Amino acid sequence: MMDGLMIRALYGILYREFLRFFQQRARFLSALVRPLIWLLVFSAGWRQTQGLAPYPPYETYIPYEVYMIPGLCAMIQLFNGMQSSLSMIYDREMGSMRVLLTTPLPRWFILVARLFAGVAVSLLQVYAFLAIAFIFTYFEFLELDIEPLGYITVLPALVLCGFMLGALGMALSATVKQLENFAGVMNFVIFPMFFISSALFPLWRIKDLSYTFYQFCTYNPFTYAVELIRFALHGQFYGEGVLVVAITSIIALGLAIYAYDPSRGLKAKGKKG
Amino acid sequence: MTDLATDQDFTSEDVTPAISIDGVSYNYGKRKALDDVSFQVLPGQFTALLGANGAGKSTLLSLITRLFDTAHGTISIDGKSFTSHGSKALAPLGVVFQQTTLDLDLSVRQNLRYFARLRGLPSTFATKRIEETLSALEMFERVDERVRDLNGGHRRRVEIARSMLHQPKLLLLDEPTVGLDIHTRRVIVNHIHKLASEENVAVLWTTHLMDEIWDEDHLIVLDKGKIIEDGTVKEILAKNGASSVSDAFESIIVQEEERLR
Repeated sequence: MMDGLMIRALYGILYREFLRFFQQRARFLSALVRPLIWLLVFSAGWRQTQGLAPYPPYETYIPYEVYMIPGLCAMIQLFNGMQSSLSMIYDREMGSMRVLLTTPLPRWFILVARLFAGVAVSLLQVYAFLAIAFIFTYFEFLELDIEPLGYITVLPALVLCGFMLGALGMALSATVKQLENFAGVMNFVIFPMFFISSALFPLWRIKDLSYTFYQFCTYNPFTYAVELIRFALHGQFYGEGVLVVAITSIIALGLAIYAYDPSRGLKAKGKKG
Repeated sequence: MTDLATDQDFTSEDVTPAISIDGVSYNYGKRKALDDVSFQVLPGQFTALLGANGAGKSTLLSLITRLFDTAHGTISIDGKSFTSHGSKALAPLGVVFQQTTLDLDLSVRQNLRYFARLRGLPSTFATKRIEETLSALEMFERVDERVRDLNGGHRRRVEIARSMLHQPKLLLLDEPTVGLDIHTRRVIVNHIHKLASEENVAVLWTTHLMDEIWDEDHLIVLDKGKIIEDGTVKEILAKNGASSVSDAFESIIVQEEERLR
């Protein structure tokens, strides 16, 4: 159970995360520009050639941008999850993590609260992206095909996916010893997770092209996150996605709590005194 | 200098120690960093922890702040041990680390408000304490400036103000005046001594700078992971026939090296 201290501390951690987010304008802009460029360039380029056949949750043929939207929402959360873990490594190296660790809060709570704050920021980014995409539809640059209720039904899916991707990032940050090593994580985790999934192409089409590639996609929890968001945006429930994303979140968070060593860096640097 | 502490008869039987360290040992692999360290700091007592590089001071502070887990021995803060109370035992502790731990992109007020929330302080009380602690260090007029725009001395004052927000019973400072000019050092040393004497805060202060230690302070000398001297500065000076803390420290270290030969 959360006591008064934990509630105030959670509020404090959220407060700091949002302050930092709004002060790092480049981070906010890049979080929005990246998916918007993908949306405009890819959907504009491919919509003429690639209409997609009906495929759950879609009931009719859809333009490619409609297909891409859930994958891009998940991409925002994927990058945000990794950004949060990067900031945890930064905080650990710069020493500000020590301020958190010398409070009377349990370590598991500190990690969960940081994760929660990261999810909250990712929700803000996703909704800002959806709002801008909606404005584009007004000028007929693209189609979204999302009912107003879809913006609400997608919220729990985004929360769950944000937790999974944040927890995966946190588990990775627990194993990365130094900030410099994190660039490798970007190359070996973020890009494979995104590309070997259903974010850009439907699984049936991937299966037609390569069964092995399809199998890899089905082993990737990010695929389930994308599909969960896709179904939720269209007001539908995707049970398998909920299950995979929830189990992956629990395992990743458990690993992060188990592996997180606040003294890492202190011992390595061998500060003497 | 105040002579308040001189006349105080600190006995652990009467008062709950602000911190009690009992038989603490710590190893890095096979290397012994701390070897059966025991001491207490009582409320209102200013304790300076002296030791050369590698003596074990930082390891000890990492254990007290729970950045490292204690493998052997017991550490209790205000009578509550980590073993039985876990992280809750850290509630009466205020810490100033050697390295700046403020968020440079936030203002002084935002940094302090964040910390107040982590410590569970109600908003109105936090506002009052932010004003009080910053004013005591002549920093309140800079409350809305970004920390990045402050110089090292001012950042250090903000960190001390932050460490006092929740009215800790024990204040731990790890070489807090490193790299600061003489005036700022004097302001900080005087302020912390005042906190000990007037607000009954127990202070554990690690330093290499002997002029920061006053005659009435309590002094602990750590060498190669062991406590080799523990007493008031006056007692230690008299025992070693030294006229200054610096002379006494050198004499103690030389004696210890001869003893180990």
